[in-house]
Amino acid sequence: MNLVTREALLSFKRTSTLSALSVTTVAFALFVLGLFGLVALNLRTAIRDVAERVQVVAFIKRDTPSQQITAAMADISVFPEVLDVQYVSEAQALLRAQHELTEFQDVYKDLEVNPLPPSIELTLKPQFRDGAHAAAVAERLRGFDFVDEVKYGQEWVKRLDSLRDIAGLVGLAIGVAFALVSIVITGVTIRITVLQRAREIHIMRLVGATDWFIRGPFLVEGAIKGALGGALALGLCGIVFAAFKAQGMGFGMGLGFFNFGEAVLLVAFGVALGFVGSLVSVGRHLRKV
Amino acid sequence: MNVTKQYPTGTDAALHDVSFHIGRAEFVFLTGHSGAGKTTLLKMMYAEERPTSGDVRVSGFGIAALSREEVPRLRRRLGIVFQDFRLLEDRTAAENVAFALEVTGARTDVIPARVARVLDQVGLAMKADAFPRELSGGEQQRVAIARALVNDPPVLLADEPTGNLDERATRGVFQLLCDINTAGTVVVMATHDLDLVRHASKRTLEMRDGRLVFDSAADATDSW
Repeated sequence: MNLVTREALLSFKRTSTLSALSVTTVAFALFVLGLFGLVALNLRTAIRDVAERVQVVAFIKRDTPSQQITAAMADISVFPEVLDVQYVSEAQALLRAQHELTEFQDVYKDLEVNPLPPSIELTLKPQFRDGAHAAAVAERLRGFDFVDEVKYGQEWVKRLDSLRDIAGLVGLAIGVAFALVSIVITGVTIRITVLQRAREIHIMRLVGATDWFIRGPFLVEGAIKGALGGALALGLCGIVFAAFKAQGMGFGMGLGFFNFGEAVLLVAFGVALGFVGSLVSVGRHLRKV
Repeated sequence: MNVTKQYPTGTDAALHDVSFHIGRAEFVFLTGHSGAGKTTLLKMMYAEERPTSGDVRVSGFGIAALSREEVPRLRRRLGIVFQDFRLLEDRTAAENVAFALEVTGARTDVIPARVARVLDQVGLAMKADAFPRELSGGEQQRVAIARALVNDPPVLLADEPTGNLDERATRGVFQLLCDINTAGTVVVMATHDLDLVRHASKRTLEMRDGRLVFDSAADATDSW
C-alpha cells in the first residue's frame, strides 16, 4: 500500500468520529439531491408517457382510392418526425368508438350509416412530440388533396409543452440549488477536517513535505468519504423509494428508481465533491501556512 | 546579511539590520528576552518568514528569493526542534521519526534501520513504540531531536528546546545537542536560560529589540 493511501486510511481510523460525521453529512446532502433527482426523473418519465399520446390524425375524404392512400402512407412514413403510420378504416373507427366511448354505445349501435371517416394516424418520434413539430407535420399532411382535416390535440399539446418547459426550468433551478448546497456542506465538512489536522500539516511542512505530498492523503480521503457518502445516499434513496412504493403511494404511475448509470452518477458526484472539496480546502489552508 | 523584518501589523520592525555568519560545525546560542527577535530569526532560517530587506543564506539557499517549491528542499537539509516538541500524538516515537523520512520519499526498506539508529543515538531505543503521552518532557524532546536528525541535516535549529523541561532533562537534552554538534552538525539554539549559556562557553549571539547587540565571536570563518 503506498504512503498516500496508508495516510488517508490512517486518518480515517484516527479521526473516526469526525470521519463518520463527514460521511454522514455528505450522505445527507447527496440524499436530498438524490431524492430530488428521483422526483425529477419520474416527472420526466410521466411527461414522456403523456407525450406518447401525441398523435397527428389526418381524416381522409370518403371514396379516396386505397392505392392513393397506400402510396401517400409510404411517403409519410419517411417524414423525419414520423415513427409509425397506421391506416384506420371507417369500420375500425366505428369499432373503436363503440369500445372506447361506452356511454355512446347505443347511439353507435343503431346507426344506419357510419358517420366516422377513415383516417391515417401518425405517431411521432419521441424528440418530435411537441407542438411545433406536430404543427409542421399537420401542415404537410394538409397538402395531400385527399386529406379532409388534420387534428393533433393542439390545445393539450401546447399545455404539455408549457408543462415540460416549466418542469425543465424548475428542475434545473432546484437541482442546481441542491447541488450547490451539497457542495457548500461538503466543503465546510472537509474544511473542519483540514483545520482539525492543521497541526499535522504544519509538522509535515516543517519536516520538508511538498504541498502535493500533503494534499495527497486529503484528496484520497475526500474521494473515499465522497464515495461512501454517495453510496449511503443511494441506499437511503432506495429505502425511501421502497417505503413509498410499499405504501401504495405510486398512484399506479409505475414509479422508477435510478438505473445503474444514474446511480453511478450520484456516487461519482460524491467522489467529485470530496475530491474537489479537499483540493480547495487544503489548497486554501496551505496558502496561509 | 543586513536582515530587516517588518510585520505588516507591527509598528516597530521585528529585526533591524541584523548581520552575522555561522561557520561549519559551530554551536551558537541565540539569546535575548522574549520578543527580542530570536524566533523571528530562526523562522527566517527555515523560510517560515521572509526578510523585508537583506537576505538570509542557509545551506546554500537564499531565503529572500526562495520559491515555495524550494522550501521543502531547504527543510530537508535542516533539523528543527521546538519548545513544545510538535510530535504527532497518535503516532509512536518510531512512527514520528519515520514520518520525517517518509515525507521526503525515502525508500521504505531503509526507514526502520535509520529510525532505530537515530532513536539509539538519542537514547530512546527502548521506547520506540511508546506514544508521546507515555513519555516524559525530556524524552519527548529527544524524539523531536531524533526526528530532526533522521535526514542527517548539516544544520539543526532549536527554538527554546529546554524551555519546557526540568533541570535534569535540560542538561540531558543540551548534552545531546552538544554531541550532535561534535559529530559535525551546526547547532543554533535559541534560549533565555542564561545559566546554561554561561556554563557552556559556546559562541553567543544576543538579541535585543530586534537588534543583534552582542556576538561573542564575530570573527567566525567558513560559511555553511
